[in-house]
Amino acid sequence: MAMSYLSRRLRGYPVRPPNSGMTRRKRFWERIHIDPWLLILLLVLMTAGLGVLYSASGQRLETVIAQATRFMVAIGVLVVLAQVSPATLLRWTPLAYVMGLLMLVAVELVGDMGMGAQRWLVIPGVIRFQPSELMKLAMPMMVAAWLSRHELPPRLRDVAICALIIGGPVVLIAKQPDLGTSLLVASAGVFAVLLAGLSWRFILALGMMAAAALPLLWMNLHDYQRQRVLTFLHPDSDPLGSGWNIIQSTTAIGSGGLWGKGWLEGTQSQLEFLPERHTDFIVAVLGEEFGLVGMLVVLMVYLLIVMRGLWLAATAHDTFGRLVGGAIILTFFIYVFVNVGMVSGILPVVGVPLPLVSFGGTSSVTLMAGFGILMSIHGHRRFLPR
Amino acid sequence: MRLRRDTLKNPQQELRIFRSRSLLAALVVTTLTGLLMGRLGYLQVVQHEVYTTRSEKNRVRVEPLPPTRGLIHDRNGVLLADNRPTYNLMLIRERVEDVDATLRQLEELLELSEEEADAIRVRAGQRQRPFQPALLLSDLDEDQIARLAVNRHRLPGVEVEAQLLRYYPDAEIMAHALGYVGRINAEELKSLDAGRYAGTHFIGKTGVERYYEDLLHGQAGLRKVETNARGRVLQELGRTDPVPGKDLTLTLDKELQTLAYELLEERRGSIVAIAPQTGEILAMVSAPGFDSNRFVTGIDVSTYRGLQEDLDLPLFNRAIRGHYPPGSTIKPFLALAGLAEGEITPEETIYDPGYFQLPNDSRRYRNWLRWGHGRVDLERSIAVSNNTYYYSLAHELGIDRLHERMSALGFGQRVAHDVQGESPGLMPSREWKRGRFDQPWYPGETLSVGIGQGYWQVTPLQLATATAVLANRGEWVKPRLARRIGDEPVPVELPETPPDITVENDDWWDRIFSGMEKVVSGHEGTARRTGEGLEYRMGGKSGTAQVFSLGQDQRYDAEELAERLRDHALFVAFAPLEDPEIAVAVIVENAGGGSAHAAHLARAMTDAWLLEEEEVPDVDELRETMETDDGSVAGN
Repeated sequence: MAMSYLSRRLRGYPVRPPNSGMTRRKRFWERIHIDPWLLILLLVLMTAGLGVLYSASGQRLETVIAQATRFMVAIGVLVVLAQVSPATLLRWTPLAYVMGLLMLVAVELVGDMGMGAQRWLVIPGVIRFQPSELMKLAMPMMVAAWLSRHELPPRLRDVAICALIIGGPVVLIAKQPDLGTSLLVASAGVFAVLLAGLSWRFILALGMMAAAALPLLWMNLHDYQRQRVLTFLHPDSDPLGSGWNIIQSTTAIGSGGLWGKGWLEGTQSQLEFLPERHTDFIVAVLGEEFGLVGMLVVLMVYLLIVMRGLWLAATAHDTFGRLVGGAIILTFFIYVFVNVGMVSGILPVVGVPLPLVSFGGTSSVTLMAGFGILMSIHGHRRFLPR
Repeated sequence: MRLRRDTLKNPQQELRIFRSRSLLAALVVTTLTGLLMGRLGYLQVVQHEVYTTRSEKNRVRVEPLPPTRGLIHDRNGVLLADNRPTYNLMLIRERVEDVDATLRQLEELLELSEEEADAIRVRAGQRQRPFQPALLLSDLDEDQIARLAVNRHRLPGVEVEAQLLRYYPDAEIMAHALGYVGRINAEELKSLDAGRYAGTHFIGKTGVERYYEDLLHGQAGLRKVETNARGRVLQELGRTDPVPGKDLTLTLDKELQTLAYELLEERRGSIVAIAPQTGEILAMVSAPGFDSNRFVTGIDVSTYRGLQEDLDLPLFNRAIRGHYPPGSTIKPFLALAGLAEGEITPEETIYDPGYFQLPNDSRRYRNWLRWGHGRVDLERSIAVSNNTYYYSLAHELGIDRLHERMSALGFGQRVAHDVQGESPGLMPSREWKRGRFDQPWYPGETLSVGIGQGYWQVTPLQLATATAVLANRGEWVKPRLARRIGDEPVPVELPETPPDITVENDDWWDRIFSGMEKVVSGHEGTARRTGEGLEYRMGGKSGTAQVFSLGQDQRYDAEELAERLRDHALFVAFAPLEDPEIAVAVIVENAGGGSAHAAHLARAMTDAWLLEEEEVPDVDELRETMETDDGSVAGN
């Protein structure tokens, strides 16, 4: 079949641009199954993130080094996962999902408390592990695996099964309680279903059901979670208590202005008015010290990563790969949107970090593992469609 | 779980669906990113000013720098009110892990009473912002400070803070004249200038401390500091120094004040001494006194109740608020009124048969000497304290002129320049009686006024002031307590000084003085024992005031009742006669034994002021003399 370069490219067939001087290098990246553009964007983001982290941690070099070390591990995980073929991933998907589910149940039964929530699974002296992190990846893969084996757009029966696949882990995680993670895990599953072509009627019906379930959800929230929502609506009702975080973070961002107060010069951050400034609220440090310009640049980097990710997913060779890739990258965007939205005061406070900038080990490894899978499904082209 | 591949799959269609869905996702992602950017633009550009202000408010704290309160000295520079460094126990809740445990620890360590323990629990919660220290205890003693210092490492969040606190070295003697400062209460807070009093915890409550509050306090300064969220000061950004309060030099003489207080020891009464030519109040004592220092740190309820319920009324300032019938002490003033009105001359005499009768009235108004003093002129009327002479004079003057003339001497008025809480006393008049009782004035009441009885009530300060004006030959100088404010002397001439009192012939002053000299030095004088061995010329006048009734709610046993129904002894004096340097009024409540008691105290005061130190009799010796003088002076 004779196709033009463009149409071949658009349909996701392997292409070799005519008269390309870059052929050899391209071949190198293809051989190691890495997308250089995405990798560069991620490296740029991580480097900038380390700079902000240095300021946000109160100029503690140890914190930056710890984070950088984790980044190294995370990049390693990315490269390794990129080598695994989508077929292998598909094979292991049910096992990973079932393992994750069992561990979540184990957490519920014997889990370790940390920060007021039961999130950790500990084998003493061996490992401390959050099963919910595994579920962030296992979830979209499981949903995608199911859907890719069935007729698309999905029928009612498949949607119902997907709802079960999604619902189990999400409920378990929400019960820990970890609303932020359960939200991310749920999005990962839901995005897979949506990308698979869930009909608009379904979407509308589900949306209405969700709206109807809101009061029920409200009744089942923990006190502190309800408080967060109330605080979001009226932060000034308790300025020294629950409203403190959001008042201080918007103050930090707003006082940054167009150009910011300068690196290490943010008074809100450096004088410790900003709570959790090196973890969930790190974007306020960015906003205060680098201003609107800094914020726009970083948001642009995130946007480029998401667009590149979508492109990679769209050019994958099979439905499983596309759905997994699309779900992973859209979930990544949810991180960004929820985090920046909450810190800037347009969403209630939910424990979601700013990906690859906030201090925190497991989440950056999980994120990079996700990008590894994305590169894998993009990079393995021998797995061609019929 | 096994995944079976569906047979109905259509890869082309799936690809198409995915692409259109991901295109839609890209649109949504872009829109949401745009939303975030818009929100950031709103915060960082549109609302930038608002948040900049907010962040500055966070960072920059304005700390008040309270001024140092002005010191108060006596006329010789002796310190009467000092600022003493004290130590307060503070608690910063945020630095304490377990507040209850820490408070229990403190209780044990400082051996607090139950009352104190309850108090610190309440105070631990009183603060306005996070990391603000709450005041638990003020004025720690050295032992407590030492124990806290040793256990410092075990008590994070507990701090000892230094603060200047008012201290009165001679509290009991000076309490009434000087007054005291106390914690600013809620009512005072409302009317205070918040800027001036930022960081100030104390305010003058009574006396000089209250009257000169504005000058003594000064002006608070402030400093702008950069703090972190924990309230730690990182750097000073700007500073306005406080303006310290002005030091005050009083007219009081601590030595003379101390003597006056000792003279009244174990008695209730008051002594006021004034320098006639300058109006300077040299001593102003109300006995018994109280320890005003206890009011500074906050007096406990039981002590306060004890003071309030004490029958001797130690908190009552008799010198300026005590109302006493002046008795015969006002006879020289009445004589002055008669001379000024032209009703009498010094030479005119009356015949005293032992009583006075109003025309068409059979009632006899008696002299204290039943058989009368016979022929009496002005000088003798004062020396022997003849009543008949003054019944007659009062009758001739009438209540209207009497009221006017006595008001001119300050009776029924607030006379002093800077005495806080002074009572005007009561100088009766027709209008007053109509207003008070809705009754006309009866002529017989004029006669009572003529011998200082009836409705007439004076304060010791008024009596001393009138004596000083008399001694100054009618020239008014307002009595005052402040001699110098900062470096500025208080002028002798003050606004609103009453007009001077004049008589037709200047020699007439000497005639009144001569009569008063005879009181202490003449062979008939009512206080002749007092004048023995006098080394200067002195004028005086005795008086007694009857105690008619006691407060209804006061309980006395029989013996006490008898004691408290005894007459009050009064005496006014000035010396030296030619060029008066001191005028004194003495009131001893329920003294018994006539007015002699008060006369000896007045003499002790003039001696102390006029003589070299070694010649002044000491108080114990004087007491012995007084006991042998019992009853030597009759009646008035």
